[in-house]
Amino acid sequence: MDFGLSDEQLQLKQSARELLAAECSTAAVRKAMASEDGTLPELYREIAKLGWTGLIVPEKFGGAALGMLDMAVLLEEQGYAAMPGPFLFSSAVAAEAIIRGGSDEAREKWLGGIADGSAIGTVALAEDAGSIAVVAKKGGRLSGRGIFVPYANLADFIVVAARSEDGQVAMTLVETKAAGVTIRMLKNLDLTRRLAAVDFDDAAGASLSGGESLYRRLLDVGAVAIAADSLGGMQRALDMAVDYSKVREQFGKPIGSFQALKHAAAEIVADLEPARSLVWYAAYALDAIPSEASRAAAMAKARLCEVYSRATDRAVLMHGGIGFTWEHDIHLWFKRARFNESYLGSPAYHRERVAQLGGY
Amino acid sequence: MDLNFTREEEEFRLKVRAFLEENIPKSGLGDGREGNQDKAWLERAKAWQRKLYEAGYVALAWPKEFGGQAMDPVRQSIVNDELVRAKAPYLIGSSGLGMLGPTLISWGTEEQKKRYLPKILTAEEIWCQGYSEPGSGSDLASLRTRAETVGDEFVVNGQKVWTSGAQYSDMMFCLVRTDPEAPKHRGISYILINMHTPGITVRPLVQMTGDRGFNEVFFDNVRVPRKNLVGKLNEGWIVANATLFHERNMLGSASGSEQRFNRLLALAKSVNRGGRPLTKDPVFRQRLADLEIKVQAMRLHAMRQLTDQIRGRNPGIEAMINKLVGTELNHDLATAAMEAMGDCSMLARDDERALDKGYWPYEWMFSLGLVIGGGTSHIQKNIIAERGLKMPKSR
Repeated sequence: MDFGLSDEQLQLKQSARELLAAECSTAAVRKAMASEDGTLPELYREIAKLGWTGLIVPEKFGGAALGMLDMAVLLEEQGYAAMPGPFLFSSAVAAEAIIRGGSDEAREKWLGGIADGSAIGTVALAEDAGSIAVVAKKGGRLSGRGIFVPYANLADFIVVAARSEDGQVAMTLVETKAAGVTIRMLKNLDLTRRLAAVDFDDAAGASLSGGESLYRRLLDVGAVAIAADSLGGMQRALDMAVDYSKVREQFGKPIGSFQALKHAAAEIVADLEPARSLVWYAAYALDAIPSEASRAAAMAKARLCEVYSRATDRAVLMHGGIGFTWEHDIHLWFKRARFNESYLGSPAYHRERVAQLGGY
Repeated sequence: MDLNFTREEEEFRLKVRAFLEENIPKSGLGDGREGNQDKAWLERAKAWQRKLYEAGYVALAWPKEFGGQAMDPVRQSIVNDELVRAKAPYLIGSSGLGMLGPTLISWGTEEQKKRYLPKILTAEEIWCQGYSEPGSGSDLASLRTRAETVGDEFVVNGQKVWTSGAQYSDMMFCLVRTDPEAPKHRGISYILINMHTPGITVRPLVQMTGDRGFNEVFFDNVRVPRKNLVGKLNEGWIVANATLFHERNMLGSASGSEQRFNRLLALAKSVNRGGRPLTKDPVFRQRLADLEIKVQAMRLHAMRQLTDQIRGRNPGIEAMINKLVGTELNHDLATAAMEAMGDCSMLARDDERALDKGYWPYEWMFSLGLVIGGGTSHIQKNIIAERGLKMPKSR
């Protein structure tokens, strides 16, 4: 019985924390926010050199061939830093799509690039199969309008959940430079990420194998990835609020000495610590316990996104007026929590999945 | 990461399970929280603990010289887990096993260990905890029960309250004020009092459930030998605080929540609402799933802490939330069950039309008692904030 991070994973977490504290300060995050592409290219090159971008990519394509729990450790730290950029969508979800469903040719073409940071992928997944709005004609030609895609602006390819003419889920890879792909940037509430609306107008794509089972797998991986990011973000919101409560004085005392604030902070801890175990388990199950993976992912997504939003809400409140300013950084996490809660299905949606998969 | 127990551990689990199936008392013990606590009941309850001890399933991690087996924490966790799964009766000596025993092992003199530990294991002596007083609940360190040194004895005067099991206990581990002049945390001593000493009066209090579970205990010039002091004079607060961290039955309590959830789910499936089972009601499904996620999180959280224990790591902030989250979750489960029962939740547990054998009305009330006892949720939050997050003390 051993339910915890290994020494290597703890080391990875520590080194990620240190690197991002140095290279992804909130000043850097704000620089990315103000940039056209919404990323930090130098940081992306650096983490590629460290092997992060190819973490789950097989060794023959230059990756580290590690597991989803290792990925969750990195994503948690990126959530802690509110790291901007396409990492989660490219190196966790799109990479998984190619590893599982890509032809030999697609694997050759993209996995090396994802691993060394020269290629970026993203995904256009609806939260459930019933909401898929892209149609795939024979030969993989896609049509559909206004599909939300994170970081389509930077991506070389998009893994699209489409529906074939006979109603089956058809996972399809489309290059963003293909004719018939139009990308329009949206004004995203979460300033640490970029979101685009993509139109596919008879755009040529390549089919991935796996159909609905690949689709489900990507939803599960995406859900766990978002949950891991939420775990880190929640920890950061807690740390910021607690630190502030120790220095800000009112009524002649630090506000952290008042029970109202103590209880708010303690409630975040009470939500956070058990939730950490949900993330570990869900990430581990993706690799090691296939029969439990979907339900564990739904539990992690439902719980983490709910408590992340609640934690950032409280953390803003604990800051008082300064927390409502643009200048203060806490709103970066407040808004990132909103993205996480909505992307790939709300907590209510995932609770319903927990009920269905649990047979009640 | 490896969620499996070793083959030896699994074999051990099966052995425990088989023993419990064979030996659990079939009737009349309740779960230790209820029932008429007469002499015959007490003897049966003691006999059950003795049987479990003789089979080798009590205090497995204690040192061998005091009757334990010096085993790793996994075995004890497996036993705790199986006891809950088998719905075994609560152990009558659990205050001694869970609180006093580990305290004596760390702080007691050799004589104290030899004198008291073996009888804790066999339930020959039952212990109760003398902490709370009428004026000292959450602010425990303000306690006023006085112990004056006279020759080689303490003379104790004062009153304790909410003392569970005092009506049948032989001994009490007790916090008393030995230096009224010192700052409140520094004038307290931890002493062991024989409950059969002249001058002790136990008066039962009736709980909101209607049961007699806890008591008032009055001390009128009660003489206690000086050798019954644990730790140093006036350093009882340190000894008592160490005891607080001895309760590590996480896997067992997570299994208990899991059982309650399963019982709630079965209830909800059996209740018809608007022409369909309550489990098909979209709002109640959300609530069930939410509760199941929280139960699963606490189970995994317990496994994480067991892992830390095996790895020899000291518990950190993650262990400070156990009491807060675990007890509130159990009360939430019971509250959901009460709502599921609709009109029938107006009925007391012994009405013939009460659903699910009248389990929930009692559980609903008792679980709220556990949110309070041992430090209310509000106090737990103070502990998390002050000891865990190092937020400044206001007092």
